Amino acid sequence: MTTWPILSVTTFLPLVGALIVYLSRGDDEASRRNSRWIALWTTIITFAVSVILVVRFDPSNADFQFVEKSAWLATGITYHMGVDGISLPFVILTTALMPFCIIASWKSVTSRVREYMMAFLILETLMIGTFSALDLVLFYLFFEGGLIPMFLIIGVWGGPRRVYASFKFFLYTLLGSVLMLLAIMALYWNGNTTDIPTLMHTAVPRSLQTWAWLAFFASFAVKMPMWPVHTWLPDAHVEAPTAGSVVLAAILLKMGGYGFLRFSLPMFPLASHDFAPLIFTLSTIAIIYTSLVALMQEDMKKLIAYSSVAHMGFVTMGIFAGTMQGVAGGVFQMISHGIVSGALFLCVGIVYDRMHTREIAAYGGLVNRMPLYAMTFMVFTMANVGLPGTSGFIGEFMTLIGTFKVSIPTAFFASTGVILSAGYALWLYRKIVFGELVKPSLMTIKDMTLRECVILFPMIALTILFGVYPKPVLDMSAASVQQLVNNYTTAVTAVKAAALLH
Amino acid sequence: MSFTTAGYQLAPVLPELVLSVGAMALLMLGAYRGQGTTSAVTSLATVLLIAVGVLEYMLPAGKQVTFGGSFIVDDFARFMKILALIGSAVTLVLSTEFLSDPSRRIFEYSILVLLSTLGMMVLISAGDLISLYLGLELMSLALYVVAASNRDNAKSNEAGLKYFVLGALSSGMLLYGASLIYGFTGTVSFTGIASAVTAANVGLVFGLVFLLAGLCFKISVVPFHMWTPDVYEGAPTPVTAFFASAPKVAALAVFTRVTLTAFPGIVSQWQQILVFVSIASMALGAFAAIGQSNIKRLMAYSSIGHMGFALVGLASGTVEGAQGVLMYIVIYVTMTLGSFSIILAMKRNGQAVEQISDFAGLSRTNPLLAFFFAMLLFSLAGIPPLAGFFAKWYVFVAAIKANLFTLAVIGVLSSVVGAYYYLAIVKTMYFDEPAGQVDPVRVEVKTVLAVAGLFNILFALFAGPVVSVASAAAKSLF
Repeated sequence: MTTWPILSVTTFLPLVGALIVYLSRGDDEASRRNSRWIALWTTIITFAVSVILVVRFDPSNADFQFVEKSAWLATGITYHMGVDGISLPFVILTTALMPFCIIASWKSVTSRVREYMMAFLILETLMIGTFSALDLVLFYLFFEGGLIPMFLIIGVWGGPRRVYASFKFFLYTLLGSVLMLLAIMALYWNGNTTDIPTLMHTAVPRSLQTWAWLAFFASFAVKMPMWPVHTWLPDAHVEAPTAGSVVLAAILLKMGGYGFLRFSLPMFPLASHDFAPLIFTLSTIAIIYTSLVALMQEDMKKLIAYSSVAHMGFVTMGIFAGTMQGVAGGVFQMISHGIVSGALFLCVGIVYDRMHTREIAAYGGLVNRMPLYAMTFMVFTMANVGLPGTSGFIGEFMTLIGTFKVSIPTAFFASTGVILSAGYALWLYRKIVFGELVKPSLMTIKDMTLRECVILFPMIALTILFGVYPKPVLDMSAASVQQLVNNYTTAVTAVKAAALLH
Repeated sequence: MSFTTAGYQLAPVLPELVLSVGAMALLMLGAYRGQGTTSAVTSLATVLLIAVGVLEYMLPAGKQVTFGGSFIVDDFARFMKILALIGSAVTLVLSTEFLSDPSRRIFEYSILVLLSTLGMMVLISAGDLISLYLGLELMSLALYVVAASNRDNAKSNEAGLKYFVLGALSSGMLLYGASLIYGFTGTVSFTGIASAVTAANVGLVFGLVFLLAGLCFKISVVPFHMWTPDVYEGAPTPVTAFFASAPKVAALAVFTRVTLTAFPGIVSQWQQILVFVSIASMALGAFAAIGQSNIKRLMAYSSIGHMGFALVGLASGTVEGAQGVLMYIVIYVTMTLGSFSIILAMKRNGQAVEQISDFAGLSRTNPLLAFFFAMLLFSLAGIPPLAGFFAKWYVFVAAIKANLFTLAVIGVLSSVVGAYYYLAIVKTMYFDEPAGQVDPVRVEVKTVLAVAGLFNILFALFAGPVVSVASAAAKSLF
């Protein structure tokens, strides 16, 4: 084994790219092109490096791999990086999606290109760092740091209500996170360290578990987002530029689910067990309520944003079921949703770039002039519905059977979400793609260009591949999920047994 | 070195001696050669401050006490003194332009800054109530005059006068408190008070409250903050930068020393005062700044809030808390000096502009300036990975350890409210249309800005050494 710090390289490579973009001065067309190419190559190289991670990763080992540790702040707070089967898929999802985001912004972003590319590259560093940090302070650094570039992306390159949306996004997320920060401090004094692997094996007193769980919940529920703290998401999605929406839906939302898996379940198993009914309730409400809300939307991005909330409901439900199927399904659903929702936002971006409107009523009959687009959009619509054969099905199915073992009513009500999602997704598809092409403005619309095909076709392939053969993702995470579920079950049964004795 | 006077060691006060003799020499230079020497005096004063800082750094490590316990040099004092010296030196550098105007060639300005700094150093090293008062008055009297140094400006005069009247009132309160403490303990030295005070006593607590009120005035925390917005707005911008940095360091240092070394026996008594003051300051700093349109007034409210955060550390009354105060003040000083260098840089057609709306579109007209200011603002808001986050981490981690949960929760919540107005400035700079070109920025302002900005952006990389130095300094108090 070579000893170069492969994880740190993956994490900080985009930052180096951002510096190079910064150094390429000028504001003429040539320098804009330079910025785009530098950003694209940086993300591609980062992805290539992250592929090495996959190759060298040992899926049978449940522990953290590629671990790097060096002194940082005082004792107990170190620079500690590493990935296991739960975090690696998210790292790969991030590195794999970023080149597509850069290509998607190739033509649509024309002002302040250099800054735009820098913001995305810095954001990539922070996202990868979030998933690979093994120290709570380091995690918080990456987790919260992401607010700054995303705030600027929404605010500078966003739509008409960008200021409102960016402020709402920033303050909402910050409010949740500062409470988590206090819980991190409490954990620090409990274990005298913020080292995540150590804290996973440190006993946390029952009362601290409850409070810390609630504080972490405040942060991750907002990030996820769970009903009723989801209201920032539709605004942020609608106003963000296409690539911003993609990153938001595909990666930033996953930080919430990742947080539940990494912290809530392993560190506070008893509180997680106690609060599982709360999560189930909120998840079910999210699935049903936001699906109904999605049915009423007039803006394409808003509809997909609400559908994201509903899909994240399946994730939280699966995670807190605490069963093998539920947790593995949650991880899979997040990866699948990352691809599918990202692709859906790209699909919206394609027609938005042509017509500069996202109003559903402005479209109709696109199949007549855009057959390729109709086909692409259909695949992702079906994946969003959860049609068997697409990746969306696997995740929903696994989380549902995982939950069924624990709470039948939850699984029952959540299943209706599958029907509702078919309702809004198919309705959206029909309104936009089917029907007669009667609107004069659409008469000259062009089908997908080569650039757009390059972005979306690999995603179609992945959606279908994971739909019929989900093994790569499931295998990668299996050992770590198994360990997580075992520890959780052990902790919960131990307490139950103790309670019976009394 | 073993020069003594009347049996007292002089080596520990060597930096102060150099500073006072140097200030007198520069005063003679200015007095005999006239106002033409302003720029020379300013440069020499800056060099003098740096030299004193180096001397302070080279003093032998460990705790040294002289003048019968009135003057203490320990790691804590050295840390705070060097920080105050940096603040003063940077202020003088930032004042170059202000002093270059023919109508404002006043060499006394630099001398006053030097004397004020001397007062701060005495204040930081104060080991009893007498030297505390001496240092405080030397610092404040010089500050009153500096505030009014823009003689033809009514607002500047108003600021000076207001500061003087309220400052005199607070000195009176402090003296009253000190005399009560002396009456009830029979001693003025901090160590003597500490050994005399083991249980709360109404009269003593009364004195303590007055003493703390006087100190609260100096660091401008609620409810003794009213002067801050007016003085910050009225005083010339370099002077405001000075007020916001070095004197705060000194006052906070003595605040920490008095509470932790003179009253460790009645922590619960002053803890509740500090908890109240800190909550009130954080909340007021967060809410009152939202409505401001003048950037200097906004910075005044922001500084009130930040002092509230710093007191969160002190309120815990532990060594971690003292470390948090030290971390907070270091980072606060760099953020403040950086922000004020930007406010100084904002000039259109030779005229300083101070409205927040004047920052509109700065990211297009002057991207680098806007970037550094945005980073400083995010740092002030406490967003990681910038330095401001670490400042908040160290004070709140101490509060959590001391079980001050309510304080911590209110604190972080008000930091979210506070984030709003910092974001509003970022929004003005980045999202709004440009309001016109900014004049070229002077090189010394650029340098200060770059150093402060990079310090805040890259702090995470070298946080370790800073933390260990602060930790050692905090331990020297216990």
